[in-house]
Amino acid sequence: MSKIVKLKKGFDINLAGKAEKRIADSPQPETFAIKPPNFIGMARPKLLVAEGDNVKAGTPVLYNKMQEHVMYCAPVSGEVVEIKRGAKRKILEIKILADKEMEYEAFPAHNVSDLANLNRDQAQEIMLKGGVWPNILQRPYGIVANENDTPKAIFVSTFDTHPLAMDNAYALKGDDSNFQAGIDILKKFTNGKIHLNHDLNGEVSSVFGNVQNVQHNKFSGPHPVGNVGVQIHHLDPINKGEVAWTISPFGVAQIGKLFLTGKHDASKLVALAGSEVENPQHYKTYTGACINKMVDGNVKGDNVRYVSGNVLTGEKVESDGYLNYYDNMVTVIPEGDYEEAFGWILPTSKRLSFHRAFGLMSFMNGANKEYVLDTNQRGEKRAFVMTGAFEKVVPMDIYFDYLFKAILSEDFDNMEALGIYEVVEEDIALCEFIDVSKHDLQDILREGLNLIQTS
Amino acid sequence: MKFVQKQFDKIKPLFEKGGKFEKFHPIYEGNRTLFFAPKIVTGSKGVQVRDGIDLKRMMMTVIIAMVPCLLFGMWNVGHQYFLATGVEASLLDKVGIGAMKVVPIIAVSYIVGLTIEFAICVIRQHDVNEGFLVTGMLIPLVLPPTLPLWQVGLATAFAVIIGKEVFGGTGMNILNVALTARAFLYFAYPSQISGEIWTYLGDKVPVDGYSGATSLALAVEASNEGVQVVDKLAQTNTVIGGDFFSLSNMFFGFIPGSIGETSTLAALIGGAILIATGVGSWKIIVSVFGGAFLTGMLMNATAVNTYMELPPEYHMVIGGLAFGAVFMATDPVSAAPTERGTWIYGFMIGVLTIVIRVFNPAYPEGIMLAILFMNVFAPLIDYYVVQGNKKRRLARATV
Repeated sequence: MSKIVKLKKGFDINLAGKAEKRIADSPQPETFAIKPPNFIGMARPKLLVAEGDNVKAGTPVLYNKMQEHVMYCAPVSGEVVEIKRGAKRKILEIKILADKEMEYEAFPAHNVSDLANLNRDQAQEIMLKGGVWPNILQRPYGIVANENDTPKAIFVSTFDTHPLAMDNAYALKGDDSNFQAGIDILKKFTNGKIHLNHDLNGEVSSVFGNVQNVQHNKFSGPHPVGNVGVQIHHLDPINKGEVAWTISPFGVAQIGKLFLTGKHDASKLVALAGSEVENPQHYKTYTGACINKMVDGNVKGDNVRYVSGNVLTGEKVESDGYLNYYDNMVTVIPEGDYEEAFGWILPTSKRLSFHRAFGLMSFMNGANKEYVLDTNQRGEKRAFVMTGAFEKVVPMDIYFDYLFKAILSEDFDNMEALGIYEVVEEDIALCEFIDVSKHDLQDILREGLNLIQTS
Repeated sequence: MKFVQKQFDKIKPLFEKGGKFEKFHPIYEGNRTLFFAPKIVTGSKGVQVRDGIDLKRMMMTVIIAMVPCLLFGMWNVGHQYFLATGVEASLLDKVGIGAMKVVPIIAVSYIVGLTIEFAICVIRQHDVNEGFLVTGMLIPLVLPPTLPLWQVGLATAFAVIIGKEVFGGTGMNILNVALTARAFLYFAYPSQISGEIWTYLGDKVPVDGYSGATSLALAVEASNEGVQVVDKLAQTNTVIGGDFFSLSNMFFGFIPGSIGETSTLAALIGGAILIATGVGSWKIIVSVFGGAFLTGMLMNATAVNTYMELPPEYHMVIGGLAFGAVFMATDPVSAAPTERGTWIYGFMIGVLTIVIRVFNPAYPEGIMLAILFMNVFAPLIDYYVVQGNKKRRLARATV
């Protein structure tokens, strides 16, 4: 029953500074942070700790008033040193000074054979309390899943095609049993299938290849083929009224670990990559790590931008900022705050472009050329010009120009009819990248999703 | 360039908030970005890097694609001048005469158009959009070389204000702006934009037996007289050399007509540039030619007059079909952007062009009206294409 899907549309952004497959011998950062804004739709975060409290790894620190059974837990043990707030006292960061010796909250541990005896409610209880539930995202909307839903299917993409993305198989090496346990638990939540989607052209590692109880599918093509949203669109698209869940490979393994060891284990491999990194490599750390220990003394030049995540969907952070909850990489690229004489017309092959308009020669470089891209916007914001390019870069049967227009005019019926339920920001990030008129399309899409969700 | 940058920096405070000329900030910004790509950086969330393209570069690509038509057009104005007056002349003389006639028309088009654009940017306080860069060049190329400059200015003003700005500016217009200018002249000054206006003669008198009529006008004439169009073309202007209107002459463009649209070859070179750069939709260009050719063949099969009998290959090279297909039909703002829509849109332009040419003797050139007509219909075509997409989605939904 497995499916093979070959896609042609898309665009690979091949950046310089890929992280080498080695794990840095570097001290752990001193502080870690949980950032409520990382959880889309968390309208009313409620704190469970105060500054000065001691927490263990897995101690709940936060929940959402609108979804109060889902606990957001401390990734490490230590002391809550700061609760950073922004305008209107919005909680931005909960910083934890990590202990030297990690202490874990104790959750019930299970043998592999016990897992089968758990029913959904029991499993759910453990996941909600154990802080692994936020790994499960719900489509539509890309928000933390509602524990009362029964999704029609669960989708896991084992490969990431974003620029400089990490190799998930490398990150989860040795986690075979955890991953399988995670899948077995998730299986209790759906009457449908769990789809495990692999790269058709890559080698399928044993972590993913030998997994039972799933449907193995294979995909090939340029980015965004690794996006789970694109994969869902080609396997079992989401219609109005339907709910599907997605989860990252890391999330599956974390769920598995919670059940097998009884620990909330937030340790993850993080890639440090980008053209401005001296030694691009991997770091073994925890969710929400401060990036300072990775980047200090490891960056070329001083006018750089640190990005939590990849360059298409990531977020700018300071050099002592924190990794976002769902991110497993830090990208460092040059800032582009300079004027370029006649930069709008001079021919160049260094500037990557999906287009081939006069002077944009990057298409002649071949697919293996690595680019150094900076943060310059390369032009000013302009009126929408419908060139049909969005449909050429995203392999989905959706008319994005029309979808964006429907959102901007707050036309609910058309947003729905044009397929807003099938996409989240990462699926249209390439549209934003190639947009001639330089609009913030990911923001526009989220506005539309918010409108639909709250209507 | 450091010097220019400094000069801009020096006057910058005048145009900033609180400055003496703060209202004119869009003009300052528009000029500065012409010299320097701006130093705007990407936002903190979302894409951190951007594609190298911007609207300026896209528009410049179209202008570059028009250069063959422009250069050939200039030369041809001079060429026609010397042919009609029966004087041997060098390449340089021809280009000289051509430039003398064409450059002022281009200048008027840009000056009038940009003045209005800037004024509106100041009124509305938004950045200068680059759309007019292309329009300002397209307008001269679809005009006859003898047109009075005040008419050029008036038509440009009409097109920019009524054709574009009342709809909200670049990206919002329904009709192709350059063709709006052409259509305005056509209906406002019908007597002055038809007849013997296609060849610039200055104060000279043409040689005896010379006709400045275009191939389209001759075709209508032939049809009325009941003679074969091809024969009529062959008999015209024998005084200045036989086969004036041969298929190859018309393909290369050595014939009278609007400044930039006589040469099918030059338009095709431009088309090749647009297709290679991906700025123009090859689907539209191909489907316009395809629609026109098939309609020409269909007319051959059902011919009741001699115009209908004209072999379809002639339709490809007479009039402005090629220029319109390459530069006007592909305008992304007024065309149908959906993939399926582009095929229908282009094909219908081709069909209508030939239908208007052959059946409507009042309008010898069909391509202008065909494109404007399909501009109006483009949203409808896309409506149905998009509706199809919605239905596919609805069909698999259960609620």
